[in-house]
Amino acid sequence: MRDYLMLLLGTALVNNVVLVKFLGLCPFMGVSKKLDSALGMGLATTFVLTLTAVASWLLEHYLLAPLDIGFLRILSFILVIAAVVQFTEMVVRKTSPVLYQVLGIFLPLITTNCAVLGVALLNIQQEYDFLHSALFGFGSALGFTLVMVIFAGIRERLALMSVPEAFAGVPIAFISAGILSLAFMGFAGLNTH
Amino acid sequence: MYILFAVLSLTALGLALGFMLGAAARYFKVEDNPLVDEIERMMPGSQCGQCGYPGCRPAAEALVAGQASATLCPPGGKALAEQLASKLALEIDLAGVKEQVPMVARVSEATCIGCTRCFKVCPTDAIVGAPKQIHAVVADACIACGKCVEVCPTECLGMHPIKTTLRNWRWAKPDLAAAGA
Amino acid sequence: MVVLDINALWRRRSKIRGGVHPEPRKESTADKPIVTDFPMPERLYLPLQQHLGQPAEPVVRVGGKVSKGQLLAASRGAVSASVHASTSGTVAAIEDYPAPHPSGLPTPTIVLEPDGEDRWIEEGEEIDPFGLTPEEICARVDRAGIVGLGGAAFPSAMKLNLGWRTRIHTLIINGGECEPYLTCDDRLMRERAAEIVEGVRIMLHGLQCPTALIAIEDNKPEAYAAMLDAAKKHGRIEVVQVPSLYPMGWEKNLVTHLTGKEVPAGGRPTDVGVLLHNVATAYAVQRAVRYERPLISRVVTVSGEAVESPRNIEAPLGTLLSELLAFCGHKPERTARYVMGGPMMGDHLPHVQVPLVKRTSGILALTPEEIQAADARPCIRCGSCVSACPVGLLPLEMMTRIRAGQLDAAVGFGLRDCISCSSCSYVCPSRIPLVHYFKYASGELMARQQAQQKTEQTNRLAEEKRRRLERAKQAAAQRKAQVAAKETAS
Repeated sequence: MRDYLMLLLGTALVNNVVLVKFLGLCPFMGVSKKLDSALGMGLATTFVLTLTAVASWLLEHYLLAPLDIGFLRILSFILVIAAVVQFTEMVVRKTSPVLYQVLGIFLPLITTNCAVLGVALLNIQQEYDFLHSALFGFGSALGFTLVMVIFAGIRERLALMSVPEAFAGVPIAFISAGILSLAFMGFAGLNTH
Repeated sequence: MYILFAVLSLTALGLALGFMLGAAARYFKVEDNPLVDEIERMMPGSQCGQCGYPGCRPAAEALVAGQASATLCPPGGKALAEQLASKLALEIDLAGVKEQVPMVARVSEATCIGCTRCFKVCPTDAIVGAPKQIHAVVADACIACGKCVEVCPTECLGMHPIKTTLRNWRWAKPDLAAAGA
Repeated sequence: MVVLDINALWRRRSKIRGGVHPEPRKESTADKPIVTDFPMPERLYLPLQQHLGQPAEPVVRVGGKVSKGQLLAASRGAVSASVHASTSGTVAAIEDYPAPHPSGLPTPTIVLEPDGEDRWIEEGEEIDPFGLTPEEICARVDRAGIVGLGGAAFPSAMKLNLGWRTRIHTLIINGGECEPYLTCDDRLMRERAAEIVEGVRIMLHGLQCPTALIAIEDNKPEAYAAMLDAAKKHGRIEVVQVPSLYPMGWEKNLVTHLTGKEVPAGGRPTDVGVLLHNVATAYAVQRAVRYERPLISRVVTVSGEAVESPRNIEAPLGTLLSELLAFCGHKPERTARYVMGGPMMGDHLPHVQVPLVKRTSGILALTPEEIQAADARPCIRCGSCVSACPVGLLPLEMMTRIRAGQLDAAVGFGLRDCISCSSCSYVCPSRIPLVHYFKYASGELMARQQAQQKTEQTNRLAEEKRRRLERAKQAAAQRKAQVAAKETAS
């Protein structure tokens, strides 16, 4: 129990996928202008990441490893990710047309989100068992959502302030992301092993 | 052997995923984008055409498709622009919205010939009159779309700015460039 | 027997939120008596709207001769007040004239030319106010055209009426006068304390209310002594000193400080059983009920360093403010700004060729040194405005959102509860005109609400038109079918 909790905490905070591993920066910068869309994106990515972590683990252990076709790993993972994202798109379109409209092109772009493929591959690399892989995926996604929401809140406030023209918009956002990353380094002292 | 396994397994995977997606597509089918309906309901609905689209529904469709900006509707003004922007998470530059002086149409009674062409085109029935009778504009209902001015043969209809009185005077926005506004 | 006065204990301990301590600047007018022999001007300008609500309706014609105190315009509708002649004379015109308003826009005004006789419409018979019923008292107050003289100009008869629909247990008389420069209420209390106290007793009788508290700021010891003396033989009236602070005179501040109850946001003092009136209003009520005299004059403070001899003047309503200033030795070349009312909440006037109306408590001609105008600089988020706000709002957050056009977010921070007291603007180190933003935003919200209603109306009208055309088409189709049927039949 404690083991699983520590894993979740570790992936969400200590080894945060966006601010420590620097994966998934594309939606991080692209959808974080408004709090609602950031939350929506975070939840969609959580759905995709968890499903992908599970599916890719199953794929690895019941197809790729037994048949010793490990060289097809990246190809098959992308296939699975694309299918899951398609599925997610359909669900979002049905349940929340506004969110679908707001996320726009960034929803299908979750396919190319390096965080998703990265987590799937890391699972294999770290040789986790099924439950650990699922939790790793879920924890990373939680960390991603958390950071998206925090960053969106910061960006909404930044938009109201009188930022010097040269820095207004994306430059000041990147600087804030850097400072946020520095802040998350504080979690490095958290012993999760 | 290897290669056969590889090809077969990937084909199987592809087919399986394809099937699942097909089934899901049927289950999650969405008829029309209900968002367009929602946006259309927010519009004034007078089909005046000032936005450049032939009516409020095409304008709503264009907005949803991302082809139009939220400031497209002059009768809606800044209020509607802000609502649309917050609903669709669009960026708007309200400063660019030229706060048009509110106008109202007026019939110059000396030259009106009672041809009734104007009240046929008025989208809100704001013009009252009968054939061969002098027409008049009900100022409250007029939305200043300008259609009546276009069709009037004697040019007796004109758009006039609404006068500012003590009742509709408002404080101006403080213009503070130095304060970083 | 010792009676435990919970209220008195509370008063000592209750902490008033926010507020500022501007320099009083009252020394130049506080110790000089009210001028009662102000020369009658050549023309009096009486706007039809000197109060909140519907403008009054003229009942005289151009050229008609009127007497002092005669009804010139009757109140119209539920929330309105009447206008009376300030002196005898002829109605020279009923036309648009610049209103005493920052925009300087015109408003319908009755122009009266005095004939110099100052003849009353009838000899006022003195009656015993306490023999009247509460309804009769309200009727007299209404006939006299009395409105709140503290600046709000709400028709007083309506407030008295409101009073007995809900149970009022305390009447608070506002002798605070927390604005700098203004001393008209101070002088009124010092010189006419007896009449004010009688006015309060009349109001108590009219409201059927048990107690009255007269609140006077502690920077007015002479007024306090005078009122204490006048009220001492009336057990139901208590004269209380309140801390001098701006805005102590704000009604919700007084209610919380004196009764311990907090008026809810969006609510009125009557919700907690309290009603407030200004001391000058109490004085006017006494004149109206005992002597049947309508409201035709008021005490106004003329001050500012661009005025050589600042005084309090009891002037007839309709006097041009320029004449009041001239009487006090006004130096236009030294004037940087004209303010009607106090410097914190008063209106900047573009010029002073505008009349004295019921809500004018003061007219100030301020020099550049007094106003210390400065350009606004960026907000440094110091939070001084938050500490100063008496309502407990966040002015810096509201201003930031209004500047970015997010008015709904500003409302979320409490924009609708702002009383425009200017405490925040006063303390801002970057000299940002915060209240100007809030007034702009309130106006803009009202405009947007009207635009919204117009959009809905347009929707309805367009829908009606479509249905009308549908019906016409159907009727035409029916007629055609009937004609076709007749043809086939024949």
